[in-house]
Amino acid sequence: MSLTDQIAIVTGGASLRGIGWATAKRFADEGARVVILDIDAVAAGQAARAIGPQHLGLACDVRDEAACKLSVQQVLDAFGRIDILVNNAGVSQSHRLMDSTQADYDLVMDVSVRGAYNMSRAVVPHMRSRRCGAIVCMGSVAAQRGGGILGGPHYSAAKGAIQTLAKAMARELAPDGIRANAIAPGMVDTDLLVGKIDDAGKRRVADGIPLGRLAVPADIANACLFLVSDQSAYITGVVLDVSGGLHIH
Amino acid sequence: MQTHPDSERRVALVTGGAKGIGATVCERLAAAGHQVLVADLDVAAAEAMASRLRETGGHAAALALDVGQPESIARTFEHIERDFGRCDILVNCAGIAKVFPFLDFPLDNFIATMNVNVTGTLLCAQAAARLMVRRRWGRIVNIASVAGLRAVGSGRTAYGTSKGAVIALTRQMAVELAEHGITANAVAPGPVDTPMTQALHTEQFRQEYSKAIPMNRYGTTAEIAAAVMYLVSEDASYTSGIALPVDGGFLAAGARGL
Repeated sequence: MSLTDQIAIVTGGASLRGIGWATAKRFADEGARVVILDIDAVAAGQAARAIGPQHLGLACDVRDEAACKLSVQQVLDAFGRIDILVNNAGVSQSHRLMDSTQADYDLVMDVSVRGAYNMSRAVVPHMRSRRCGAIVCMGSVAAQRGGGILGGPHYSAAKGAIQTLAKAMARELAPDGIRANAIAPGMVDTDLLVGKIDDAGKRRVADGIPLGRLAVPADIANACLFLVSDQSAYITGVVLDVSGGLHIH
Repeated sequence: MQTHPDSERRVALVTGGAKGIGATVCERLAAAGHQVLVADLDVAAAEAMASRLRETGGHAAALALDVGQPESIARTFEHIERDFGRCDILVNCAGIAKVFPFLDFPLDNFIATMNVNVTGTLLCAQAAARLMVRRRWGRIVNIASVAGLRAVGSGRTAYGTSKGAVIALTRQMAVELAEHGITANAVAPGPVDTPMTQALHTEQFRQEYSKAIPMNRYGTTAEIAAAVMYLVSEDASYTSGIALPVDGGFLAAGARGL
């Protein structure tokens, strides 16, 4: 139990088949109390209850700075502290450059990048006051290799930005005892793929991956656990690839 | 002390296991219940390490190994195959480092460094992987360095180049061994307090290096061993071909404060 009594916030965690929920579940299995933030209030509550009664689900549109601050205050009122923030909320779109719109761009960039910026700014004053904290930002192999499978250019750019945000926060916040890292998952078999790729397409992608399969949400959750636990106490500012070798630098 | 071939206890070989990062990796692997093979050039130190692990309830044996000598590597793996019948985890920690100005870099040191750090890693990984493929499971972790990703000050013509090569070698192994159920990854430590850096780093260098690191300190061998333990665990089963920095933010930051 490496996270006993710790309090963790996971954004975008309401889909029971997604990375965020798998991460929240893994943290809870390690003894943490988790708070799932999601734009869908009902789904956030259900997702938290699906893990256990001591966990919390809150509605939060991470694009809204005031909503992020309010959520963080609600967590502090309920649990008294925050040890971990996982900036997982994101929107995936595969539109090519000339097929996407300004609205697509705003949605994808705002949820991923502005969301991580808002949430990090909301928790950092508290983490600074306790001189400890771990932040993980969800990047993507699309940022590492320039999209190409399902990530459109705006999605790749958003994921590149959130990875760089993690590095910049790592540099700035290390003296305060706060670590910040990113994970770059490969193609993960979640609901984000529904309607974008069929089983035959998944098999073709898997054939091109050295480890021969798509990722499952637990693969990413496990890496997340490592990056928020004391196991990684000297690791900050890294982008950890969990892609089965899909992209080897 | 021998492990039956059908036993669930995994056999973990650590080169350079008697001191520094390797020694802490041995402690963690033993604490996790693995059969640890402490391989080192310094046999007496390896024996002492193995007996210390056994005294605390671990399963450990010492092996003489000079990773700079292909015959020594071959002998060690004959021994492992005969006595243990398997090798599930390999952590390549053995390495050497000396600094000289580039313009005067001695060829013999360059060749020796490449031989120990790169050829030694290759031959140990090749021999270990040949045992791993039989059971369709394996974990190889190579200790590289941030010096393999960036020129860290002057003098690392051989060391930095060798660690860059280790990272490239890790990628190649990851691609070719994935189909056999084996992952290969590198850990790239920043500066760590070990016997090697105590000999290599002057007080002035330590202060300058610490200043360039957001966490403003050297790492500990425990912090490197923790990353190794993650990469050999089931939790990292979808991670292969990476170089994981454990560097207090050094690579992310460039130079802190600038």
